Amino acid sequence: MSSSSYYVPEQSRWPILASVALFLLAYGAGTLLNALSAEQGGGLGLVLLLAGALMMGLILVGWFGNVIHESRGGLYSAQMDRSFRWGMSWFIFSEVMFFAAFFGALFYVRVLAVPWLGGEGDKGVSQMLWPDFVAQWPLMITPDAERFPGPAAVISPWHIPLLNTCLLVTSSFTLTLAHKALLRDARMQVRRWLFVTIVLGVVFIGFQAYEYAEAYHELGLTLQAGVYGATFFILTGFHGLHVTLGTLMLMIILGRIVVGHFDSRQHFGFEAVAWYWHFVDVVWIGLFLFVYVL
Amino acid sequence: MSTLDTTLHADAHEHHGPAKGMGRWLFTTNHKDIGSMYLWFSLLMFFVGGCMALMIRAELFQPGLQLIEPGFFNQMTTMHGLIMVFGAVMPAFVGLANWMVPMMIGAPDMALPRMNNWSFWILPFAFAMLISTLFMEGGAPNFGWTFYAPLSTTYAPPSVTYFIFAIHMMGISSIMGAINIIATILNMRAPGMTMMKLPLFCWTWLITAFLLIAVMPVLAGVVTMMLMDIHFGTSFFDAGGGGDPVLFQHVFWFFGHPEVYIMILPAFGIISQIIPTFARKRLFGYASMVYATASIAVLSFLVWAHHMFTVGIPLAGELFFMYATMLIAVPTGVKVFNWVATMFRGSMTFETPMLFALAFVVLFTIGGFSGLMLAIAPVDFQYHDTYFVVAHFHYVLVPGAIFSIMAGVYYWLPKWTGHMLDERMGKLHFWLSFIGVNITFFPMHFIGLAGMPRRIPDYALQFADFNMVASIGAFLFGLSQLIFLWNVIACVRGGRKAEARAWEGAEGLEWEIPSPAPYHTFATPPQLPESLR
Repeated sequence: MSSSSYYVPEQSRWPILASVALFLLAYGAGTLLNALSAEQGGGLGLVLLLAGALMMGLILVGWFGNVIHESRGGLYSAQMDRSFRWGMSWFIFSEVMFFAAFFGALFYVRVLAVPWLGGEGDKGVSQMLWPDFVAQWPLMITPDAERFPGPAAVISPWHIPLLNTCLLVTSSFTLTLAHKALLRDARMQVRRWLFVTIVLGVVFIGFQAYEYAEAYHELGLTLQAGVYGATFFILTGFHGLHVTLGTLMLMIILGRIVVGHFDSRQHFGFEAVAWYWHFVDVVWIGLFLFVYVL
Repeated sequence: MSTLDTTLHADAHEHHGPAKGMGRWLFTTNHKDIGSMYLWFSLLMFFVGGCMALMIRAELFQPGLQLIEPGFFNQMTTMHGLIMVFGAVMPAFVGLANWMVPMMIGAPDMALPRMNNWSFWILPFAFAMLISTLFMEGGAPNFGWTFYAPLSTTYAPPSVTYFIFAIHMMGISSIMGAINIIATILNMRAPGMTMMKLPLFCWTWLITAFLLIAVMPVLAGVVTMMLMDIHFGTSFFDAGGGGDPVLFQHVFWFFGHPEVYIMILPAFGIISQIIPTFARKRLFGYASMVYATASIAVLSFLVWAHHMFTVGIPLAGELFFMYATMLIAVPTGVKVFNWVATMFRGSMTFETPMLFALAFVVLFTIGGFSGLMLAIAPVDFQYHDTYFVVAHFHYVLVPGAIFSIMAGVYYWLPKWTGHMLDERMGKLHFWLSFIGVNITFFPMHFIGLAGMPRRIPDYALQFADFNMVASIGAFLFGLSQLIFLWNVIACVRGGRKAEARAWEGAEGLEWEIPSPAPYHTFATPPQLPESLR
């Protein structure tokens, strides 16, 4: 039985402010997209979206700042620590399921939908719509090539993607080295390995951006290039966003290390970000295999 | 009792009351405040969605088009479904969990109280955005609550974009709420409360929360693909680019089927608390209840395509999903038999919560059986998209989920308000609801089997009589809910004083603390009462 009582925070302004910010983000994004699709200027939507984003950024700083302050004030018990651990684990599980939806879409399209369009199986009746369509993967020629002009070529897995795989896998190792160093209270080494991890993350994002530019400008591999482009960009795009977020979080952790936060016993903030980074790494392995190689 | 009183007053600092004014509700971190807000919000949404249902029923009172335009009719069916599912049923269960889970397990509050407040406050904003689509150019979403592509992509009104972001917000709220409930139940139980001593309401919510975290992100994924198709020219759901509209249905129902268990498992939990109380017997087969709930949750991931039997999936798929669906009847049957066995030779009384619980057992079982009929693929070809489906899911949702929520509210109101309910008014509400619900939905079985399609504002003459009966029932049911509102308000304002153990046969930690429950309970973990040791 834990004798110290569980910390229940006093009233807080952050949740209601964050709800307003989320509303601005969502409403702004909706207004902006609708205006763009109707080919009107996106003035109001863009303003709301940016206001929401700015507000959310400030709130996150304030809210996490609050939590850090309480944590360093010694208000958190071991039980509280377990609540955070459960919270982060289940959050990562929800992220896994988010990616699962897109992987599921990819498998369904590759294994069932495209072959059926090509006339295979019981559902070969779809052949009546586009009799000349031949099923293939990567889908270079779509059934309706006027609306969805297929790509001229797709990204080769053995250049940038392979390099990126090495970068991310290495970054998981360097992050673990940082963690081991933190457990020994070797703070200079923590800084060094964290820094290396961040650099690897940034280089990864840079390569991804370069690859996207190449896809768009040289290969004709775009969002509009049929379902290969759609699955390619949604999977790699959301992964890229997660790497970006993870890198930002690593930078914040490095900053906190520099100002003297965390010690060998208490460093859940560090661990949470490390879990997140490893998760992003594992998703990449799945992407490399199923989007690029196979 | 005395040990509890002393622990309650151990720390004076923890014992200040609620803050004054609006700030109490906007900034609160108290699970009881947040629970109340969830419950009031869901009641409001219940009435909003209910008005939409009555508009639908008014139009269907007679064949022909009389009151509303077909386009608006479609908006009403869509919004009614969305508001009832995401605005009424789900928040009501979260509200009950907020109020009861910490008190049932002896925790001082939810594990992450600030996030708890955020989970709630996202909802009013999300629904403001969803409901505002009614006033937009092109009207509100009109493609049904299942928003199948391409109705919801190629042919959707512009407001679909706001609908997508509203769904995202609801998803964020649900996921955070679910994380909080899991962390609370796994981490904050009083010493000695092992998992197999957990009250069944907590068990069912634990499993529900797992389902929420597993499938709300999938819903987010599918609306994101819609957004991309609408605004960025992708072809996930467009066969012209190699995609498939059926892909939408697969991803949607991979979310959608666990979602229907999200709306019923907490109901099972509530009923499993109430029946033992009024039968004055322990719940029969506690362990089997836990395992049955878990098996239903696992199976819910393997049956999604039974919503899609007529879309043209391969024969092997039809067979797999048919048999997997029928398997669910086994754990569900275990539950129904356990409830009946709990009542067997019990010393039963029939107060309002018990009446709702009994009606739940009977009417939910009817809904379950019509579900079994729908599960049989060859006959589903006949039933698909008819009023038989409407009858089925309204039987599991209205006298199922909604009745369980009302049973739970009546059961725990004395604990929340400190006042007993006026039993006469409670019974009046029950009988009018019970009769109204059956008059509304039972005839829908017949017109469905006779071939009346759902989501159509007009119908052939042979369906006229039963539609008129259903509409009369709907207004009876709808108006009786005003008695529910009256009862709740009356109970908040006054009434016979409730004891700590408001119901004679009630067991559990929540009945060991005074009624109304103090603003802060269990600042330090309590000793378990005799019955739980």
